[in-house]
Amino acid sequence: MSHRADRTLDVRSLARVEGEGAMHVRVRGDTVEDVRLDIYEPPRFFEALLRGRRHTEPPDITARICGICPVAYQMSACAAIEDACGVTVDPAVADLRRLLYCGEWIESHTLHIYLLHAPDFLGYPSALDMAKDRRDLVERGLAMKKAGNEILELLGGRAIHPINIRVGGFYRTPSRPELAPLRGKLRIALDQALDTVRWVAGFDFPDFHHDHELLALVSPGRYAIESGSIATTAGLTFAAQQFEDHIVEEQVPHSTALHARLAGSGRYAVGPAARYTLNRQWLSPLALEAADAAGLGADCRNPYRSIVVRAVETVYALDEAIRLIDRYEPPARPFVEVPPREAVGYGATEAPRGILFHRYGLDADGLITSARIVPPTSQNQASIEDDLRRYVASRLDLDDEHLTWQCEQAIRNYDPCISCSTHFLDLTVERR
Amino acid sequence: MNPHHAGPRVVIGVGNDYRRDDGLGPLVVAALAGRQADDPRLSGVDLRVSDGEPTRLIDLWTGTDLAIVIDAVLDDNHHAGHRHELALDALDRLADDHSAGSHAISLGSTVALGQALGRLPRRLIVLAVSGTEFGFGQGLTPPVAAAVPAVIERACELVAEP
Repeated sequence: MSHRADRTLDVRSLARVEGEGAMHVRVRGDTVEDVRLDIYEPPRFFEALLRGRRHTEPPDITARICGICPVAYQMSACAAIEDACGVTVDPAVADLRRLLYCGEWIESHTLHIYLLHAPDFLGYPSALDMAKDRRDLVERGLAMKKAGNEILELLGGRAIHPINIRVGGFYRTPSRPELAPLRGKLRIALDQALDTVRWVAGFDFPDFHHDHELLALVSPGRYAIESGSIATTAGLTFAAQQFEDHIVEEQVPHSTALHARLAGSGRYAVGPAARYTLNRQWLSPLALEAADAAGLGADCRNPYRSIVVRAVETVYALDEAIRLIDRYEPPARPFVEVPPREAVGYGATEAPRGILFHRYGLDADGLITSARIVPPTSQNQASIEDDLRRYVASRLDLDDEHLTWQCEQAIRNYDPCISCSTHFLDLTVERR
Repeated sequence: MNPHHAGPRVVIGVGNDYRRDDGLGPLVVAALAGRQADDPRLSGVDLRVSDGEPTRLIDLWTGTDLAIVIDAVLDDNHHAGHRHELALDALDRLADDHSAGSHAISLGSTVALGQALGRLPRRLIVLAVSGTEFGFGQGLTPPVAAAVPAVIERACELVAEP
């Protein structure tokens, strides 16, 4: 253990986040002087790539931004293009999209809970070490994840970069007999998800709370996933079309990326905890019961307990997927035509990690003239930095190794999908 | 199915074709798919693409007799375009620092995880090519592109081995 007054720690890469980026913490004496999350390369490449493409192409192209949440990119892209073209999809197609999205939530949340986050709470340096000791737990996680995977494969055509999704709907929709076998698998996974809630609720959580404004979609009557208006815990409500009026992106000196802030307010957080806080009353009875039993209250402001929210949302996604399958009637047509027009369209959906915003400008021939994508991780940057600043300040007595590990945990609370928003993540703790 | 081969075989192209050299795996698998109808060595071979997410990779190769993984790697010790062929017992050479692209867990760690879970193929062979560019963009760098025909041919040879 070392407490020299002047020292620097370098961690080559931050493990167990999706992708890589950089985090720098500078401490002088007992003061945390600087905390920086460096984002090198937001999806500006894809925004540039989309310009000049046809209005039918964004779902396929943007799905490549992230292997973990391709459906989120496809759904936000479809919503924005359909908004521009003034098209509404059939209700049965909207239900299938919601079912597809449930599959992605199940996959993404289970991956994060079991392979990326749980090892932190159980004292394992990695999922591999956890698997050596607790193969049963990892197997349970993989089985749940596979259930979500099967939804994606059935509806999306394949699990990564689904190819069956198009603007206006699907290329092909399944029959009832094709969907039916999924139900039994999802029912088994639902029991495993309930066990998961009980398991993670028993973890030891640091006594740490934040006061970030929380922002999520709300869709009165049901838990928001693929549609809704945007709401904040301060009582603000606005449509996706007004996203850029309320969310401003600022250049900060230490990063080439823009930091998102609420206009007239400041930092905010998106993701499972925000969704839960703003949508709790619309959880299914089973998911609500699980949340209550896990000790989640009316809101969730301890970022470490986000793992419990993810587990509850996994229960919800499985419960909702079963409900959608039970009531499924194949749509009369798999898609509606989306004739182009000169317009600007906006779309926002709830990616597993939080709101994903897309905006496209189209010309009369349907060629894309402008594109803007705001992923959830870049919206959470300021909140992650604030958490880290306060968390580190109260734990300066820790040695560098433990402090670094706890910094990594604080970052993983947000399940940052940095492949969406950056390239490499190095962690530096510098003490002076 | 290849008459000389008993069990399921899969070729998995790992990578992202919007991340320059990381697009090697998907490109090779697309080329194999294009010749599958005409090349009897590829008959019955499952051709898949993966972003490298470990549990999906494990799912893809679980229960197979032979899995061939095609990937681009960061490698300071060899020139760009250098081809590697690693069998299961040599995969510890795929250290974390050699993983490329945006994979959260390296291929080497994925193999170790599969081992801990008892979910490895009977034979696992990695055909890798040393790359240099893994940022956003399309198209392989010339040295990596030049290695593609040899990787395709080697994959065909391996799946045809009894």
